[in-house]
Amino acid sequence: MSSVAQKKGFGATLWDWLTTVDHKKIGILYFLGGGFFFVLGGIEAMLIRWQLHIPNNDFVSAGLFNDLITMHGTTMIFLAAMPILFGFMNAIMPLQIGARDVAFPFINSLGFWMFFFGGLFLNISWLFGEVPDAGWTSYASLSLASEGHGVDFYAIGLQIAGGGTLMAGINFLVTIINMRAPGMTYMRMPLFTWTTFVASAMILFAFPPLTVGLFFLTFDRMFGGNFFNHEMGGNTIIWEHIFWIFGHPEVYILILPAFGIFSEIFSIFSRKRLFGYPSMVFATVLIGFLGFMVWAHHMFTVGLGPTANAIFAVATMAIAVPTGVKIFNWLLTMWGGSIVVTTPMLYALGFIPSFVMGGVTGIMQGAAPLDYQLHDTYFIVAHFHYVIVGGVVLAILAATHLYWPKMFGTMLNETLGKVTFWFFFIGFHMTFLIQHWLGFWGMPRRVWTYMDGQGWNLANLISTVGAFLMAIGVIVLVYNAIVTSIKNVKVANDPWGDGRTLEWAIESPPIYYNFSATPLVRGLDSVWIEKMEGNESGLTPAEPIKDIHMPNGSIIPLLMSFGLFIAGFGAMFRTEESWGLPLLIFGLLWTFVSMAARSLQDDTGYYIKKEEILRDLKRKGGQN
Amino acid sequence: MMKGLKKWRLFSLLAVLTVFLAGCGQEELSTLLPAGQVGRDQFNLLLLSSGIMLLVIIVVVAIFLVALVRFRRSKLGEDHIPEQVEGSHKLELVWTIIPILLILLLAVPTVYYTYKLGDVSAMGAVDEDGNAENLVVDVTAKLYWWEFEYPDLGIVTAQELVVPMDEKVYFNLIAADVKHSFWIPAVGGKLDTNVENVNKFYLVFEKDSKDLKDGVFYGKCAELCGPSHALMDFKVKTMPRAEFDRWVTAMQASADNQVVANPEGQALFQQSCIGCHAVSGVGESGAQGPNLATFGDRNRVAGFMDHTKEDLIEWIKYPQEYKPGNKMPDFDGKLSDKELDAIAEYLMGLSVE
Repeated sequence: MSSVAQKKGFGATLWDWLTTVDHKKIGILYFLGGGFFFVLGGIEAMLIRWQLHIPNNDFVSAGLFNDLITMHGTTMIFLAAMPILFGFMNAIMPLQIGARDVAFPFINSLGFWMFFFGGLFLNISWLFGEVPDAGWTSYASLSLASEGHGVDFYAIGLQIAGGGTLMAGINFLVTIINMRAPGMTYMRMPLFTWTTFVASAMILFAFPPLTVGLFFLTFDRMFGGNFFNHEMGGNTIIWEHIFWIFGHPEVYILILPAFGIFSEIFSIFSRKRLFGYPSMVFATVLIGFLGFMVWAHHMFTVGLGPTANAIFAVATMAIAVPTGVKIFNWLLTMWGGSIVVTTPMLYALGFIPSFVMGGVTGIMQGAAPLDYQLHDTYFIVAHFHYVIVGGVVLAILAATHLYWPKMFGTMLNETLGKVTFWFFFIGFHMTFLIQHWLGFWGMPRRVWTYMDGQGWNLANLISTVGAFLMAIGVIVLVYNAIVTSIKNVKVANDPWGDGRTLEWAIESPPIYYNFSATPLVRGLDSVWIEKMEGNESGLTPAEPIKDIHMPNGSIIPLLMSFGLFIAGFGAMFRTEESWGLPLLIFGLLWTFVSMAARSLQDDTGYYIKKEEILRDLKRKGGQN
Repeated sequence: MMKGLKKWRLFSLLAVLTVFLAGCGQEELSTLLPAGQVGRDQFNLLLLSSGIMLLVIIVVVAIFLVALVRFRRSKLGEDHIPEQVEGSHKLELVWTIIPILLILLLAVPTVYYTYKLGDVSAMGAVDEDGNAENLVVDVTAKLYWWEFEYPDLGIVTAQELVVPMDEKVYFNLIAADVKHSFWIPAVGGKLDTNVENVNKFYLVFEKDSKDLKDGVFYGKCAELCGPSHALMDFKVKTMPRAEFDRWVTAMQASADNQVVANPEGQALFQQSCIGCHAVSGVGESGAQGPNLATFGDRNRVAGFMDHTKEDLIEWIKYPQEYKPGNKMPDFDGKLSDKELDAIAEYLMGLSVE
């Protein structure tokens, strides 16, 4: 584990990545894994739009179309957006609070591998030809009626991936509570750390309902349970409640880190402190809290009655207030600043109008009687894509450019970055703006085709053209990433020039123990403060350089997750194939044995000697 | 230069106008051209909320653009260090209180309409003689068709809902297999048909469907229900009360007054089809397949195909191909072309109007 750069063989490098517990490497793994699934979900989206570009199209069959919409939604939410955000949280958040790693490096690795194997499990359904087809919401009556193993893949795959998410959330919470550097009080934490904190707390409360719901579904489909079978006294509406008690907070789990990323960007590229920092923090916490109080607005047409609908309508509208506070604080951060339009800033600028539009259409749907018209039409498709693409995906793309140097030590090409932005941004509005009207004109969502003569043809064609513009943008980004990685021009600590938080005061990418000495934090935007006071390094150490305790890598997280992956197939084929039950038992045993090995092994980690740290410092020319 | 700019302006104005005029959709299925009180209430709420939201968008975009133009580093110089403002309580109070007021403005009518549209208390009302005062229709959604029973009138039909104009029509909604959602966009919002409980609501139909392009309003299933969800359309015929009463009388007599356009077709139908499809409008819901008593009066075959004999024969031969996952088996090979032709002719003749 020497820090001196040395050539390693392919096998050794692979082993290093499979066993790593370093938050920066796990961040990259999440980023690459999520990126892969993002492209997969994007291809599914293109097929959907191609099917709908003309009326009565038979490019894909009705059944395959339902597979595509289900997998597009599930993949984008669970396997693309969330893991990529986890990638940034992992790579950046510990640096922002001046920590050497997350609180539980082993669990961090386990969380990643469970996500990875869960996602793999879900997508292997394509090879079996039995793909989830009940929508990403998998409402119970349809998910129970769905033939083949499609929905089984959904239930088990998400169960495994969801377990990983829960672990990651708990890990981030403990990290932020316990591992902040001296002086890093809660009210000095960068906004991205704050939003990570609140999103993690939301994961802690939102994912257990999903776990329970998926177990119910698994039992109903594979083990003769009757939780949702109304003929046996079950109830399908219960699934809808359970799903949305998870599902609505999930939206905020995605959007809050996006808010955090944009808060960093506005501040850095306006060269100005975030306007109204305390109210930004308060708004974040309030949104997190209210996010749990509004799930039934997804169910206005279920027939809950006027009282329930009225309460949830007003609660939903209330969320607009803290969100509005955030928008105006960002505007006022720019006001009076010194704005430079880099690629990340371009995304942040595009985000404001896009997200505001997504937000206001959300309020419109919050008006319950109006939602009776808008629910399950293309209006809602337009709305949630404005929020998730206009908010979360723009944030992910912005952060990809912003943090690329910090994660990989080299910078994405700015010109190509702007080309990506314009293709993506124009394509995005072209795809989704017109869909609001499709909804007004009576087009339901999730339809695999539509008849001619309903006045929907032109709008659908425009929408499809827009989708392909977005695809071009993503292709340019992938090209940019590949070319940049091949050139691999190394950059300094703060390639953007106006970094304000701790991660910009250390190497790009940071050395594996992050900080030679734990930094002392003297205020919000600590690096900016140090630099303004003439400390060019941006850091003041809180302690002398001394030995650092580090965890050992381990292959056990991968093995544990792999056992669950195997057990999933066993559960699915338990009644059909003779090898089903043995495989289920074998997979679970595999996992339990791996867990036992972890418990019985006495792994206390290792120390990096002071001399080695000093040697590293000397090599870096005394820089952090 | 100026001239070019002016032309460009005129062009964009025209473009905006075109979009605006085209923006209302088609009368038979657009929520923007409401054809009844419920749809109009919802449309009013749409106008109010869009107005408020447009105001918000304009304010945000205006501040955004001014800030972006005024505070560019290229203007201020590379070395300019802006003042590090912490915040402003006054401003923050302003943009907390104004949104609260705007939301109150929207919340009050929202709550009012939620209760108004949810009021079905008059549903079971009876007059002195014990007759129902209001028309009630029991809707059952099935894979992938709609059954409409009129419990107080003793009649049942399918795929094409017939209702009187200018009065509240109450609906009991349920699904027979998986969840669907009942939606007539031009008339009012949707309500789900759950599998385990009956949902109730009302709609008011104020436009005569005779004046529409196809003579019917379009109805849709709005909840994903399987492969043929997209094809689970139905149609709605609205008519003045007197005409509706005549239709009801004709339906009630349809068992005895059946028009037989092709006796051979009738015989074949009773051999091959009667197990699932009734041809009398008298009865209750719960049939295997759609009631065909009014088949000749309908607008579509299977809810979405052209109403021609050729399409009907195609449908009977290959229903699984046209509507994958529905419950009707393919009759291709089971009936000869001649037999199919006779059945189709018989069905096209079934009429009560």
